[in-house]
This record gives sequence, C-alpha cells and structure tokens, in this order.
Amino acid sequence: MQVNHSYWQLFKAVYSKDVTLAFRQRAEIVNPLLFFLIVITLFPLAIGPEPGLLARMAPGIIWVAALLSTMLGLDKLFRDDYHDGSLEQMIASPYPLSLCVLAKVFAHWTITGLPMVLMAPMFALLMNLESQALGATILTLLIGTPLLSFIGAIGAGLTVGLQKGGILMSLLVLPLYIPVLIFATSAIDSSSMSLAYGGQLAILGAMLAVACIAAPLAISSALRVSVS
Amino acid sequence: MWKWLHPYAKADRAYQLCNTLLPYFAVITVVCLVVGWVWGLAFAPADYQQKDSYRIIFIHVPSAILSMGAYSSMAIAAIVALVWQLRNAELAVIAIAPVGAAMTAIALITGAAWGKPMWGAWWVWDARLTSELILLFLYLGVLSLYHAFEDKKAAGKAACILAIVGVINLPIIHFSVEWWNTLHQGATITKFDTSAIDPSMLWPLFINIAGFAGFVGVISLIRLKNEILQREKHRPWVRSLVSRG
Repeated sequence: MQVNHSYWQLFKAVYSKDVTLAFRQRAEIVNPLLFFLIVITLFPLAIGPEPGLLARMAPGIIWVAALLSTMLGLDKLFRDDYHDGSLEQMIASPYPLSLCVLAKVFAHWTITGLPMVLMAPMFALLMNLESQALGATILTLLIGTPLLSFIGAIGAGLTVGLQKGGILMSLLVLPLYIPVLIFATSAIDSSSMSLAYGGQLAILGAMLAVACIAAPLAISSALRVSVS
Repeated sequence: MWKWLHPYAKADRAYQLCNTLLPYFAVITVVCLVVGWVWGLAFAPADYQQKDSYRIIFIHVPSAILSMGAYSSMAIAAIVALVWQLRNAELAVIAIAPVGAAMTAIALITGAAWGKPMWGAWWVWDARLTSELILLFLYLGVLSLYHAFEDKKAAGKAACILAIVGVINLPIIHFSVEWWNTLHQGATITKFDTSAIDPSMLWPLFINIAGFAGFVGVISLIRLKNEILQREKHRPWVRSLVSRG
C-alpha cells in the first residue's frame, strides 16, 4: 500500500472520526460530566456542608472526581475500534500506529477532559473554593486532564483484548495517576494560600511533554499485543 | 557478549543456568542472613534514643531496597523481552514480580510496626510511604494483567509493557525524601563519605542487604525454573528430566 496522505491529514481524519462519533451520541460527552457532578455532590452530603471544610477539601475532591470520570470513557476508547476491526486496519496500515493513537487520545481528551475544564469554575463555586484558587484549578485541569488521557490509554490498550478488562484497567491505571493527583492538588493548595504554584505546574507540564512523546509508543505496542 | 548470551535464549540452557546459579545464591542467602540477623539483632549496640526498636532496620531497610531492586531487574528483563523477543525474559518478569511484591509488603509492614511506637501512628501519608504503596500496586497490576490473559504469549508481552511504564515510580520513591519534607528520614547509608550510621550498625545492615538480595535471587530462580518447566512441559528435554526423577 502507498502512503498518499500526509501525517497531518491522517491525524485530522482519526481525530474528527472519533469526535464526530461522540457528538452523534451525545451521552458519551454528557455522561462523564454528569458523573463528575454527582461524585462532587456526594462529598458535601457525606462529610457535611460546612463551607470551610469544603473549601479545604475542594482541590482533592475535584481532582478525584476528574480521575474517576476520565476512567469512564477510557474503556470505550479502543473497544469499539477493536470489535469492528478498524484497530486492525490501523495496525496494518502503512502509517505509524503511534500517530493514530495520538489522534485518538486527543479526541478522548476533547470529549471528556475539555468539558471538565470548561465546567471547572462551576464546580469550584459548588465547593466554595476561594476565588484566587480558581485559576490554579482550571490550569491544573487543563494540563492534567490530557495527561490522564495519555496514561489511561496505556491501560486501555493493554486490556482492550480482554473480556472483562474494565475493572482490571482501573487497577492498572489509578496507581499511575497518583503522581498527577499529588502535583495538581498541591498546586491548587498553594494557590489557595496565595503562594506561588508555578513549580507544580511546570512539573505537570514536563510530565505532559514526556507523555506526549513516550505514551503513544507504549500505547501502540500495547495495542499490537492485544490485537495479535 | 551476544554470542555468549545467545544460547540462554533456549529454554533448556536457561534452566541449566538456573540450576548452576541456585547453589551460589543459596549459600549467600543462608550465610548472610544468619550472620546478619544474629549480629544485627543480638550483638549490634542499641540506639541511644530508640533503644532496641531501631533493630527493625535490619529487616525494613533490606526489604525496601530489594523491593526497588527487584522492580528494576524486572523492568530490565521486560526491556530485554520486548527488544530481543526472548520468551525466557518474559518468564523472568513473571518470576520476579511476586517476590518483589512480597518484599514491598514486608517493607511496608515492618515500617508500620516501627512507626507505631516511634511516630505514634501505623500509617502516615508521607511521600516515601505513599510511593512505596504505589510500587506494591504496580507489582500487583503486572501480576493481575498477566493472569487476566488466556493467551500466555500476549500476557507476557502486556505484563512487560506495564512493568516498563511503572519504572517512572522508582525515581519518585528514591528521591521522595529529598523532594518533599517527609516524616520518613532522608538517605543515610548511601552517603558513603560521611555515613550517618555507626560502623557497628552499618556492617550488619550491609550483610543483611546482601542476604536479602540472595534470598530474592533464590526465590526468583526457583520460580523461573518452574515457569520454564510449565511452559515447556511438552518438550522432550522436560519429559526426560521428569522421567529421570
């Protein structure tokens, strides 16, 4: 087979296919957001609605909810393509698999991560987060959620061939999420105490840069194992 | 080096290598653990502040070091397995994983037992402790991923990929005491020029570390032998081995 399209065209094709599919089935976009909202609603009910307490716990709660709702979409990330055979076609095609994977991960982030970033101010209001911490919350989510999609896609790629991969995938992926969680919440914590939080953001950014390069390779080799 | 290594890609040669290495590791283990434990637990002087309870370092520190050491050797085996497509290296990954998980669990449990009288709490959410706990989860993840696959060929490869991805946790554990202000103390024995431990306690500690390393080696080799036999059970050399007794 000949390579007739540029890599950019390939990226756009895979990306727009996934995003279009998601927009045709709105539930895929709305459900993780609703889940995010419901998880956040549970905390004030469970620990009591004191504003001070909630503000103190808000960064952690928002981030744990973000982790969990990212996990929701991951199971579907490669599963449909695996079942209808398009994953095999991507592997067999002359184009680099890691590029297709990169496009798919970005599409996953657009569908689940980006809406969370956009909704973050509302959640911060619900949790009585101080207004000076709002910027940090949005920034950490903006840098952190693509990272979550990348790391999660490794787990999704490893378990896509399994019958009951969903629960196993969360066991594999959640430990790897912990460093992201630590730096993101510590950035929000420092900002709510009016301290500088550039350092934590820089580390998150560095992790994202490494993930952009290394994760597509890991994901594509995981997919090759799962499909073969 | 490749010429020297190549024969061990064959399962029966690897099995023989395990058999040759096993006695050496066994001797190191028995000698070092007996000497190290008796010296450390009975003869090394008591700490001026912690009295006798400091003696848990003779188990806690070696098992913590070996939990990371086992992970790095597992990751090296995983890289070898993926790069050169050696099935024996995949089996080595699976052979090492439960041993490393056990070491991590020992480090966490002994740490908790020491933390109760010293820090006043069984568990503290400190960076060192948390990252060690993540290490345990990673070991368990590798194992459960391997056992989730029906096809053991794919299972080995998937476990290798996960093992390599998890390597990012090792520097986090190692530097956690420097990057964060932790309750867990900083590095003491790796500063060789001005070691913060008195030689009368440092030597038994070193001997114990060697003993634990030997122990991990022994158990991993035995497990690797079993894995090889299990996978090659239809081969003639395994049959003749079994029929010989």
